[in-house]
Amino acid sequence: MKQKMFADAALAVGTGQGAATKTTISAKFAKFRELGLLAVIVLICIGVQIRNPSFLTWENINDIAANTAILSILSVGMMLVIITRGIDLSIGATLALSGMIAALTVKAHPGLHPLAALLLGFAVGLACGIVIGFLVAKVGILPIIATLGMMNVFRGLTYEASGGKWVSAHQMPDSFKQIATGSLLGINNLIVIAVVIYAVAYYFVSHTRTGRQVYAVGSNPESAEISGIKTKRILWLVYTIMGGLTGLAGVLWVSKFASAQGDTASGYELSVIAACVLGGVSIAGGSGKISGIILGAVLLGILNNALPMINVSPFWQNWIQGMIILAAVVFNALVKRGIDRNNLMRRKI
Amino acid sequence: MEPRVLTSKKPLTLKGFFLQWEWMLVLLFIAVIVMNVNLSDYFWDYNNLRDATMSFLDKAFIVLPMVFIIILADIDISVGSIVALSSVIMADLYAHGVPMELALIVCLAVGTLCGYINGLLIVKFKELSSVIVTLSTMIIYRGIAYILLKDQSVGKFPKWFNYLGWGYVGSIPFILIAFAVFAVLFGILLHKTTFGRKVYAIGSNPTASRYSGVQVDRIKIIVFTLAGLMSAVTALFLTSRMGSTRPNIATGYELDVIAMVVLGGISTAGGKGRMIGAILAVFLIGYLRYGLGLINISAQTLLIVIGLLLIFAVSVPKLKWKGTGAKGKAV
Amino acid sequence: MAEYVLELKGITKTFPGVKALDNVYFKLRPGEIHALMGENGAGKSTFIKVITGVHAPDEGEIYLNGEKVEFKSPNDAKKAGIAAIYQHVTCYPDLSVTENIFMGHEKVSKLTKRILWNDMHAEAERLLRELGATFSPKTQMGALSVAEQQIVEIAKALSMDAKIIIMDEPTAALSRNESEELYRIAERLRDRGASIIFISHRFEDMYRLASMVTVFRDSKYIGTWRVDEISNPDLIVAMVGREITQLFPKKEAKIGEELLRVEGLGRTGYFADVSFSLRRGEILGLTGLVGAGRTEVCQALFGVTGYDKGKIYFKGREWKVKSPLEAMKRGIGYLPEDRQKQGLVLQWSIGRNITLPSLEKYARRGLLRTASEAQTAKHLAEKVSVKAGSIFDLVSSLSGGNQQKVVFAKLLTADLDVLILDEPTKGVDVGAKSAIYEIISELACSGYGIIMVSSEMPEIIGMCDRVAVMREGRITAMLDRKDITQEAILQASMAGEPAPAEIR
Repeated sequence: MKQKMFADAALAVGTGQGAATKTTISAKFAKFRELGLLAVIVLICIGVQIRNPSFLTWENINDIAANTAILSILSVGMMLVIITRGIDLSIGATLALSGMIAALTVKAHPGLHPLAALLLGFAVGLACGIVIGFLVAKVGILPIIATLGMMNVFRGLTYEASGGKWVSAHQMPDSFKQIATGSLLGINNLIVIAVVIYAVAYYFVSHTRTGRQVYAVGSNPESAEISGIKTKRILWLVYTIMGGLTGLAGVLWVSKFASAQGDTASGYELSVIAACVLGGVSIAGGSGKISGIILGAVLLGILNNALPMINVSPFWQNWIQGMIILAAVVFNALVKRGIDRNNLMRRKI
Repeated sequence: MEPRVLTSKKPLTLKGFFLQWEWMLVLLFIAVIVMNVNLSDYFWDYNNLRDATMSFLDKAFIVLPMVFIIILADIDISVGSIVALSSVIMADLYAHGVPMELALIVCLAVGTLCGYINGLLIVKFKELSSVIVTLSTMIIYRGIAYILLKDQSVGKFPKWFNYLGWGYVGSIPFILIAFAVFAVLFGILLHKTTFGRKVYAIGSNPTASRYSGVQVDRIKIIVFTLAGLMSAVTALFLTSRMGSTRPNIATGYELDVIAMVVLGGISTAGGKGRMIGAILAVFLIGYLRYGLGLINISAQTLLIVIGLLLIFAVSVPKLKWKGTGAKGKAV
Repeated sequence: MAEYVLELKGITKTFPGVKALDNVYFKLRPGEIHALMGENGAGKSTFIKVITGVHAPDEGEIYLNGEKVEFKSPNDAKKAGIAAIYQHVTCYPDLSVTENIFMGHEKVSKLTKRILWNDMHAEAERLLRELGATFSPKTQMGALSVAEQQIVEIAKALSMDAKIIIMDEPTAALSRNESEELYRIAERLRDRGASIIFISHRFEDMYRLASMVTVFRDSKYIGTWRVDEISNPDLIVAMVGREITQLFPKKEAKIGEELLRVEGLGRTGYFADVSFSLRRGEILGLTGLVGAGRTEVCQALFGVTGYDKGKIYFKGREWKVKSPLEAMKRGIGYLPEDRQKQGLVLQWSIGRNITLPSLEKYARRGLLRTASEAQTAKHLAEKVSVKAGSIFDLVSSLSGGNQQKVVFAKLLTADLDVLILDEPTKGVDVGAKSAIYEIISELACSGYGIIMVSSEMPEIIGMCDRVAVMREGRITAMLDRKDITQEAILQASMAGEPAPAEIR
């Protein structure tokens, strides 16, 4: 293990003139971040299992996976946004709006094919994303301001659309509810959809030019402009993708919980941001990995499931989530400092 | 060296005077009043206009320090949560037999402490933007409020406490007087003191400010602490007005407050804007809300209006100076 | 084939308030290394940006292989085979070396547009080996040294198959060995048929590499010569516009007591073992290559960044500097290198900028007294003779030289004993330069101790009483006025092996 570590370090140092003899602890950790997350997940699972043996049952695991699916779908979009140094606080509202419109449509037309409902929700989310992307990329509004403003517009529209009423389980056709409860080859649809999205996202960020340009824009916007990357278009694109995924997630959400309300998923954007920063997506932009956010989302999903099982009051959950975000971003910052310090020590001055 | 003679008289041009954003706000304000008068017969009445201030001025106390924060090119979205936490702690202490006077002081202390923690985190971890720091403390502070009070509400405060939100001095609402006093104090602090000058300097160019001996970190901490303190002041008035408190009060206040500040012509890029603009915006949005409330426009529709107003306020200057918008700036 | 691969005729480019290029000509033959020389602010950087399509010229024509072209965007120039390696490396620190090389022209499969990582890594590896680098193309860019990043930039130009490569002061931050490596690479590129525009203000670079030299001065075209046909003094006159000695109005100041003594100062990764002393009335030069740690030493003295080793004595007493404010209170002032980012609030008026460091002086209990503030601002602006109409003019409307004067005026508001001037004439036109030298000289006479950081050999030689030369974070020579020569400074700043330190 130790030898391999040195080998890696030597490879990274490359020229050899710095001699990879000293690395700070945090620099080492950066390499093993995913392993560390995995270890935390395992530890939590073992801990909870000891307190409550019904935790690691097939049913519960399936349940966790299905719950995590929506979170992880949204994390993909949020990761892209954060990589470009942005943030999107509007997704809870976008999710509610697209879910509500899909629910109202199937309520009015029970015969509608579930796929059409999915597409409808997707389209609504996409439209929301396009608006935000326009405001951020073309008008040049700070992402935090643009999304804070549109969050309220979308939330308000959700209430307007529903007239303040709920769409509840008995008003939805079974075919619609089966989007989330049905399964393909014995695996829950939500999980299937999430896996497909992850596969596509992985291909997008690491094997297409546009995907890499997203990283370039976040890493150094000025030189991206000089190397001829259309930074505004990239910004617009990431918010649009975020919106589209949120629209999709909205339909899945409403189908899964079999209810659409005005305050659906209120504050859910915070969980998504938490999953991203836990997964090592740097809030300063330019870095973030698909494998990281999967683990971040899974860890958060397990926590959400496990806390009630070991009798932690639901009123603690807000606080815990906030502390997780704060701890994760502070931790990321400290790791980054360690790496920078490590690079300095290589200079031998 | 041959000295050149420079004038030290400030040039005053009429055109420059009237091209200020604040005139736009005055026009908008008149438009809102005219609209309200046409919409409702009850609006144009002295008592009505006066009492309306009691319903919207509570959050205006946070607008004052938020002007400083946005001029610093930072943001604080945890203010709503600080209101909730300080209010909940005050009410909880009172419910457990602590005298109201003491609970009130604790409320102010809690708000101040929350703001101080925000400032400290932002200064100590410069890699993190104020967005992400206050985003997490926003969840944490409200989280503590939930831990303390679960989903109960606590009320039944002593009579004198109700005076804050409902009382009059002569014929003027107490809250209006309190706001006027604070507004003047903050206005002087921003425009007439070395502190205010330094705040503008930091917002325009933090590096140059530091090189000029401005204690950037200290000023940031003070400003965020002030935001915490004023959030607690808001908590006092809001709690008194509502007569009870619960963990979810003041949800979304950060949006209202930021919308007012931005509409007041304070640029999110930092370094620009004046207190008077934000104060005008407080009354503009306040009366707009009040008027729309009179004709039974729902709270949800108001959400849309405020959201669009915020987007409008930040877009207008960007469209005017096309191409000079902040690019590639981290959140 | 046309005689010239690139020809620019009568290029003029104006920015608000500044004429950055004024009727400039340039001709580049195939397979030629052509040096473009000029002082800072001569218009070299703008010129590159015109060639690479970042700026469109207001007037003039560009010919490529004899054909008239018009670059609308950086992409157009890139497609035409023009690549630039900038002075400040413009990279993506979070991405791998391979991606940095191929950003914007990735290898993708024809059918699926999928990025061909293996091909790219292999190609990157090949290019790096060709350039003599040993690091892996999978290394993260941010982990490389400046010299290594420069090699990546060159690899990038190669990967685009560039016919014309512009190198903007590539040796500014390199040690002699690294520079030597770069020369070899440049020659190899030339032998492969590429034409190189080599921008520098170091004569050594030019003599070692170039066959032709073109000189710009004050945004204007001065002339083009064969390198072996122009003598060194003639070239200096072409660049500077007059004999160096006339430029420096140095007066003899009375050298007084010791103000500052630094012993064994060090900061991990930036500098080490820095020791020197400074006396009243003295101008101490601090020179060396860009990146040798000069600015970092100054910033440590001023409390901007910390230091982890060594001691600073101020007026005989040991003192740990913690912040710029504290340094200024004690009596140390700093004129930063980048006046636009570090020196001025550009959106502000002249007056406000001048009084920012000393606001407390014009305030009673925190309340500003604008009348006395304006009075001081006016007085100081006149003292350094800022050319403007009123103290309410925005500093952004001033020329570089006048902006620098405003920064000087800022220093005069406080009661200081030591002034640290970091590249005081960077980006300043010749006329304003001599005015600034005059200011510096007068400050020394009036009893300030001055540390002047500079890369400009002439001003170091012309102005300083003593010179400390830095290389790779250490002081390698301390020269007295009589020993200060171009050769001695070059020797100390560039030597391959550490020179014996002469530290007193």
